[in-house]
Amino acid sequence: MEPVTTIDGRAYPFGQKNVDTDVIIPSHWLKTITREGLGRGAFESLRQDPDNLFDSAEFTGSPILIAGDNFGCGSSREHAAWALLDLGVRAVIAPSFSDIFSGNAFKNGILTVVLPQDAIDRLVEVARTDPIHIDLDSQTVTTPFQDRFVFEIDAFRKECLIGGLDEVGLTMARGDAISGFEDAVRAERPFLARGVELAA
Amino acid sequence: MVTTKPRTLYQKIWDAHVVERRDDGTCLVYIDRHLVHEVTSPQAFEALRLAGRTVRRPDLTLAVPDHNLPTTARRDAAGQRIPIADGESAAQLAALERNAPAFGIRYIGDADREQGIVHVVGPEQGFSLPGATIVCGDSHTACHGGLGALAFGIGTSEVEHVLATQTLLLKQSKSMEVRVEGELAPGVSAKDVVLHITGVLGASGGTGYVIEYTGSVIRALSIEGRLTVSNMAIEHGARAGLIAPDAKTIVYVKGRPYAPKGDDWDKAVAWWQSLATDAGAQYDKVVVIDAADIAPSVTWGTSPEDVVPISGQVPAPDSFADASKRDAAAKSLAYMGLEPGQPMTSVEIQNVFIGSCTNSRIEDLRAAATVLRGRRKADSVKWAIVVPGSGLVKAMAEAEGLDRVFVEAGFEWREPGCSACLGMNPDKVPAGERCASTSNRNFVGRQGPGARTHLVSPAMAAAAAVMGHLTDVRDLI
Repeated sequence: MEPVTTIDGRAYPFGQKNVDTDVIIPSHWLKTITREGLGRGAFESLRQDPDNLFDSAEFTGSPILIAGDNFGCGSSREHAAWALLDLGVRAVIAPSFSDIFSGNAFKNGILTVVLPQDAIDRLVEVARTDPIHIDLDSQTVTTPFQDRFVFEIDAFRKECLIGGLDEVGLTMARGDAISGFEDAVRAERPFLARGVELAA
Repeated sequence: MVTTKPRTLYQKIWDAHVVERRDDGTCLVYIDRHLVHEVTSPQAFEALRLAGRTVRRPDLTLAVPDHNLPTTARRDAAGQRIPIADGESAAQLAALERNAPAFGIRYIGDADREQGIVHVVGPEQGFSLPGATIVCGDSHTACHGGLGALAFGIGTSEVEHVLATQTLLLKQSKSMEVRVEGELAPGVSAKDVVLHITGVLGASGGTGYVIEYTGSVIRALSIEGRLTVSNMAIEHGARAGLIAPDAKTIVYVKGRPYAPKGDDWDKAVAWWQSLATDAGAQYDKVVVIDAADIAPSVTWGTSPEDVVPISGQVPAPDSFADASKRDAAAKSLAYMGLEPGQPMTSVEIQNVFIGSCTNSRIEDLRAAATVLRGRRKADSVKWAIVVPGSGLVKAMAEAEGLDRVFVEAGFEWREPGCSACLGMNPDKVPAGERCASTSNRNFVGRQGPGARTHLVSPAMAAAAAVMGHLTDVRDLI
């Protein structure tokens, strides 16, 4: 994962609420067995409109997306995060995110920034004409007009994003603790420890 | 963890699975059961391979193909596999068939009797157990919460994390109780209960929460009905739903192929009986719903929160207080081709889909067949299919003669899979046409580009098929 510190540039002033993962990447794009190339399918149904934001000369390639409440609701497909990444999006700012989407985004180095609706309204206004700056270290979103919005983020997520850390590797280093837990389960709740009988 | 403080069901399952807790509250949580399907796993297996990693507990993992499989015959008369026309679907299915044995994982193949939708197969095989943590790279994993399991969907990076470590790094969610009290009127099913809840909470009402469904209505539901309710927890934003295991749950699990046996069984039952929320335990939020308010329900828009009773009308966009909802409703109506004020029963449908992880179990098929027995679909309904949730459900239905009822009513009787719930396999609704569907999502393009979905219960789908328009099933029973 690429380390994330600051994200700078134009932002799609999108603003829509309840944007589901079928809108972010329709299911027929899910038949891939790689993570690459999904940007072409991102927001496919919206991009049928020739005047859409994502293909406009002004906004295409913007690193930031500003959306409404409940962004990324629906399915667990990580393809939604891969599609945004392939489109060039490095941060999404919204009043709320689906739990699964924000986890997927984080694991791909996409920053999800939660700000209240009035801040979103202001940022959408600015984004129509000017760039936006996100600083993960100070947890702020700023504009060229002295706007400054502070956002919250889990300390652990922040550490992983800034360090570009591999979560699987971090957890594998805790192998002894996991083994100890498994021993305890075998003793106390053996029915959970026995799953599928596998042929040797 | 020993504590005297009263705890919720969610808290008890959580406490029993925390391996380690970090200072910021992030926990390393043990995963008891991992279901794997073909769509969200190839990149996870590839990442393991590239890093030279193995699967930590293949014995706690079960792989089943479902999303891409055509629901037409899979083997010809000679027993040879019929090739799948879509090359990408075939490649994705082949990847799972290759990856599962390569990593030592039990694989239920496309022609096995046990094959089906992962969320039907898990409970049916006794792989999904009360009190267990269960994950799958699919948001409808919430389904298994109907057994009292803490079950939730994960992304592909998390699939990789679970394969490699059998754990996940999680923060505990807030807890919500959704209590449904009273008694359901005749013709009102578990699907109507969960559609109604979604209408009340909204599509994001449960975001950040794990929801425990309680109350006399939930207790009275069968296990299959409870799986239907919990299945759609994600449609009101909750990553997991939970229903406390009780005597019905224990009867349901007993004797299933992977269910505990002997001493293990007795220990399991004792533990499951201790899991119910303690008197005096506090939820972060409580929502109470009166069963008398729940009618056979139907969606009119492109979000599962767009629910009205079948006796209702298409709402006017300006009837919503929230400006962005007004805008979304106007867009939904344009996509759905509906007019404000139009009675829902006037909406003509051309397609009917009975299936999906929400409504493809034997009781769902029985409910639909009860409406269809001695009747036929309207001529204006061009396509009507029934897709059992698993090969075992299919066999049971055939033993009961339900397949004959469906076929005589003009339905096609298919092989198990996700089918027309999502546009990944050949079962799609044509652009501009409507479908009365027992699935879980009415998103734009969900059943195929331009397809218009109305979510309903199995009995309501059957009623719509007979009449050719959305219909109050109570008029037919």
